This record gives sequence, structure tokens and C-alpha cells, in this order.
Amino acid sequence: MWAMIVKEFRQLRRDRRTLAMMIVLPVLLLVVLGYAASFDVKTITVAVAGPQASVVSATLHAPFEVTVTAPAQGAAWARNELRDGHTEMAVVTGSAHPLVLIDGSQLFAARAALTALSGLERAGASGASTSGASASGAPGGSALPVTPTVQVLYNPGLTTSDIMIPGLCGVVLVFVGTIITSLGVVRERQTGTLEQLAVMPLRPRDVFLGKIVPYFLVATVDLGIVLAVGIAIFGVPFRGNPLVFALGALLFLFVTLGSGVLISSVSQNQGQAIQLAMMTLLPQILLSGLIFPLSSIAAGVRWIAYLLPLTYFNIISRGVMLKAQPLSSLWPSFLFLGLLGAVVVTGATLRFRSYLAPARQRRRSRPAAATQEAGA
Amino acid sequence: MSAEAVDLTVRFGAVTALAGVSLTAPPGRVTAVVGGDGAGKTTLLRCLAGALAPDAGRVVGPAREKIGYLPASSGLYPDLTVTENLDFRAQGYGLPRRVARQRAGEYLERAGLTAAADRLVGRLSGGMRQKLAVIAALLHRPDLLILDEPTTGVDPVSRSGLWWLIARAAADGCAVVLATTYLDEAERCAGVLVLDGGLPLASGSPEEIVAALPGTVRAVPARPAGPAGDRAWRRGGGWRVWEPGPPRGADAGGADAGGPDPGGTGAGGPDASGVAGRPAGLAAGAGSLITPDLQDAVTVAALARQAALAGQSEVARPTGAGTA
Repeated sequence: MWAMIVKEFRQLRRDRRTLAMMIVLPVLLLVVLGYAASFDVKTITVAVAGPQASVVSATLHAPFEVTVTAPAQGAAWARNELRDGHTEMAVVTGSAHPLVLIDGSQLFAARAALTALSGLERAGASGASTSGASASGAPGGSALPVTPTVQVLYNPGLTTSDIMIPGLCGVVLVFVGTIITSLGVVRERQTGTLEQLAVMPLRPRDVFLGKIVPYFLVATVDLGIVLAVGIAIFGVPFRGNPLVFALGALLFLFVTLGSGVLISSVSQNQGQAIQLAMMTLLPQILLSGLIFPLSSIAAGVRWIAYLLPLTYFNIISRGVMLKAQPLSSLWPSFLFLGLLGAVVVTGATLRFRSYLAPARQRRRSRPAAATQEAGA
Repeated sequence: MSAEAVDLTVRFGAVTALAGVSLTAPPGRVTAVVGGDGAGKTTLLRCLAGALAPDAGRVVGPAREKIGYLPASSGLYPDLTVTENLDFRAQGYGLPRRVARQRAGEYLERAGLTAAADRLVGRLSGGMRQKLAVIAALLHRPDLLILDEPTTGVDPVSRSGLWWLIARAAADGCAVVLATTYLDEAERCAGVLVLDGGLPLASGSPEEIVAALPGTVRAVPARPAGPAGDRAWRRGGGWRVWEPGPPRGADAGGADAGGPDPGGTGAGGPDASGVAGRPAGLAAGAGSLITPDLQDAVTVAALARQAALAGQSEVARPTGAGTA
């Protein structure tokens, strides 16, 4: 048994990546689950519109945080603020019963808002019946002077599947795009066929694209299945423009396929590729807003979320499917996704090229009896 | 057309894999690159195939689509069938489907692989896989065929099948370069380049290499004592000892090269060239003078280099006296 133990430790020492993973993974999980994994929403951003906007703003206290007060604006503006994701709740004053709009696609913020509102209403009711004074002791702020009309938009039933399935589309794309692709490319290296590809009269671009296109198609089919099942069985709405969604998915797939190739180009075998791919998948699932709301992630860790492509795809897919967000209000997410894609795909192409055709870099085309000059 | 590598140097970090190696592969001929592990055979072949750019030197050869390359790893997909592998290769080289199928069928038939056409390559035996790999490399009728140890680990029957394929390609006018660790295979080649630690050790036809052997070789029943023991190697049931001297080919070497062993009787009747170069003192009874073959010549070349590297002047000094 001793011989086995010694041998195992020696092998482990050689396998730097597994060693790194054994150390990094627990730390990563600790940070993510400790700082990020929280369903508790501590602040709910509010936009207030209408003639009495200033008065209402003054009565709203924590957990509500008024970010905009716009007395000149009305209900239409408030809806746009919600749709574009600028705020989680909007209050429209001006009528006998102020209209409270809540963004149901922000599931946990919406639930917190409803809880806080009902607290306010109870406080308001009891305050009016006893002395008419404001119930300053009520949790969540001072009482509302009147009972508001509350409307939950985009996900009125506050259904979990409605927000999970658009996010799941992204996870499927990461899975096929990054994990399966990285395995496929590293397999060429493992079986030694990469050397054969390098000497065949194929351009590196042909090899690169030829390697990626099948996975692109598989990912597209997978995405279609998840969408179809989500809509048909789970009743998830698809309210927006499918073209905007398709454009987002295309851009996102571009990033995931690129990272798949990048991972495979720095991996020697399929085991290493899987390890690295998991290392990119895990933070994306935990930190992208897929499960835990972005606003609940501690600020020190939240910046990581904004480096992850899935974060932007989540915003796009939920925005299009639930809120019918147009391209004009989603453009920042498209922009960041495009930037990430450009960086990743450029890196992947360069790495792939350098290990596919080391000899060809110095010899662009070799006619029938050409000479290969190197070094001299 | 012929292919040529001139004065190639390849470094991998601190390791020099090739240092000033040249090779010419004429069309219609088989040229062997011989050497032990780490000699630089694979590196040289990769340079010729265009898979690796040398740090210095140049490679002249046919265009990429007229080169067939069998890498040491066989270059086949284990999870595709025999036919699927050949289809991929044919398409990659732009071969019309009909032509490719017909040629593949012919080669598979000759190699005895027709029955295995629909089997997964991963399930084939080593010999079958190597035969298929050679077929895949020559399917597009290249002008230059580069084979990295096509026969290593292959049984004798499959080996002869492989050689049939290789000889056929050469007969069709293809320049064939193959790496091998088997000197009996190198002996049938028109040209041989012997590499040792990235340096050329000997080159030419097998006859020329044997003729260039400096000194003489004797067959002895046991390993001699003394310094001669360092110049001895086991061969078959006995030993061979090298006695340094001028090249055998200087006068009569070419004439008896490859001929029957004139000293086989053990009577110590040395041939003219042997007498000229052989130091006096090694008693006739200590062994019989033999006509060395390629294996002897390569071994001697390696010994001579070791001696030179060790800075010994032993090559020039008569040392036989003490061994008698």
C-alpha cells in the first residue's frame, strides 16, 4: 500500500493542474458561496414618476432606494425604465391610488419588494386607524398615505422557470460551445492527427472553421430544443423579437466556441481540457445572475460577474423573452459580448494557428519547387 | 521530383535536435534515415514534411499537396472506420471521390485489408493499422513520401506487406524517405543517412557506408579483454571487434563489399586492404577477419565518434598487442 501512496503523490505532483484545481476550487467555491450566493435582496431600486414624485420619494426608505425622481414623467416612462432594467420597481403618482410597477424578471427583488410593500400597507392601515400619525416604527419605512395598485410585470406569477429557462439557454450554449468543443479539438492532439492536419493542404482557417462548424450546429439544435421545451412545457413566454435573441445567441456562441478552442489549445489531453472547461463553467453558473441575483453579489466579487459572457447573455435572453426588450435598450450587453468574443476568438485563432502550422508561418505559399528558407 | 534538406539545424529550447544535417531523396528511390532513440529522425522527417520549420538550413521539395506523410503517431482517427479515414484523407487532398474509392480498394486489396474496410481503426491490430497508415499517406500519389518508422512493432508478414507498398510507390517514381531502427531494412534502401544525437554519422548507399568503415572488423568468440573490449559488440552468438585504421574502401573495399565472408574459414587470411590498415599484433587466432555489413559499419561509426569525442588518440595508436 505504501508503494501506491508514494506513487500517487509523485503523479499528483507532476499534474500541476489537478493540484491547482484542488487548491483553487475550494477557495473559489468559498468566495462565491460566501459572498455571492445570496437570495437576500437588501436594496430595491425605485424610479418615481408623476406630480407627487418628490413626496412619495421622501416616504420611501430602506429597502427601497429611489434612484430617479421624475415629476414630469408618466406611466409609459416608468414602464420603459423597468423594461430597460434601469430599475427594479417604479411608482407612478398622480391618481388616487398610485401605481406600483415591479419587474417580475428580477425574481428575488420582486419578491422582496412585494414583502416590503405589504409591510408598508399594514403599517399605513394601522396608523390611520389609531392616531393618524405615521407609524415610524413600521419596518421598511414610513407608511404610505394611500393604498397603491401593485402590478408585477413580465412574470406576474413570479414563476422560477420563467427566469431559469432563458438563463438555461445560455448554460446549454456554454456546455456545447466550451466543453464539447474543447474536447473535440484536443482529441486531434491526443491521437496525433493534428500533425497530419498540419501537413495536409488545408488552410489553418479551414481546419479551424471545419472543427467549429459542427459544434455550432449542435449547439444551435440544443438551443432550439431547450427553447421549445421551455415554451411548450413550462409555459415560458417569448415576448420579444426572435431576431434580437438569435443575434445575442450567435454572439454568445462565438464567445463560448472561442473559449473552447482556446482551452483545447492549452491542454495536452481531454482530462485537462475538461478541468479547464469546468473552471470556466462553474463561475458562470454561480456568478452570472443565473441563480443568484447580481445585485445580491458582494461588490468585491461582482466585478467578476461582468467579465463572464453568460452574465450578458442572461440579460439579453431574459430581456428579449420576458420583457420584449428591443436591441436599442440591450446594446450595452451586445457590445460587451462582442468585445469578449473578439478577445477570445483572436486568442484562440492565434494559438490554434501557431500549433497547427509552425512551419507555415514563415512560408506563406509553397509553389511546385519552392524553397523553404528559415533562419538564414 | 527529388527532395532535399540542406544543413538543417533544429533546436527545442536548450536541446539541439538536429545540427547541420543534409539529406537528398531522389525520385524512384527509397532513402532510409537510421538512428537510435533521440537521434533526430522524426525531427528531420517533420522538417521535410513541412510540419516543422528548421532554425537554420533549407528544405527543397514538392508542394504540400504532393507530399505524403506518415507521422510516428500514424495520423489516423481511431474512432473512424478504415474507409472513413481514407475518405477524409482523399477529400483533404482534393481527390475525386470515384478515383479515391478505386485506388483505396486496390491498395486495401493488395494489403489484405479489404475485409477490414468497415472496421474502426482503433480496433485494428498494429500491423494492419500501419499498413493502412501507409496507404493513407500514398493515396494521393505524392511525389515525396515520408514515413516515420512505418515498420516499428509490426510482425514480419505485415512488414513484407508494407515493403511491397513502399517499393511500389518508389517504382512509380515517388521519392521515399523512411525512418527506421532496423538496419536490415536500411540495407535494402538506395540511400542511407545515419543519425546520432542530431549529427550525421554516415551517409551514402549501404555499400558506400560499409566501404568508408575505418579499419577492420573481426569476429571473435568472446569479448576481448583490455581496451579492445571497448571496441567490441555482441553479434549473433559471438562478438565483433573493430580495429581502427584507414577506410576499407580506400583500395579494395568496394570490391568485396557485400560479397561472401572471405575470412570465414578462420584461417586468418586477411584481404589486402585489411593488411594495409590493420595494426600488427592481433594474432590470427584471436578472430577471423570478416566483411562488415551495414550494421557493423554503423556500430563502428558510432564507436569512432565516441572515441573522437572522448579525445582519445586511440584511433591512430596500435593497441592490439595487449589483447593477444
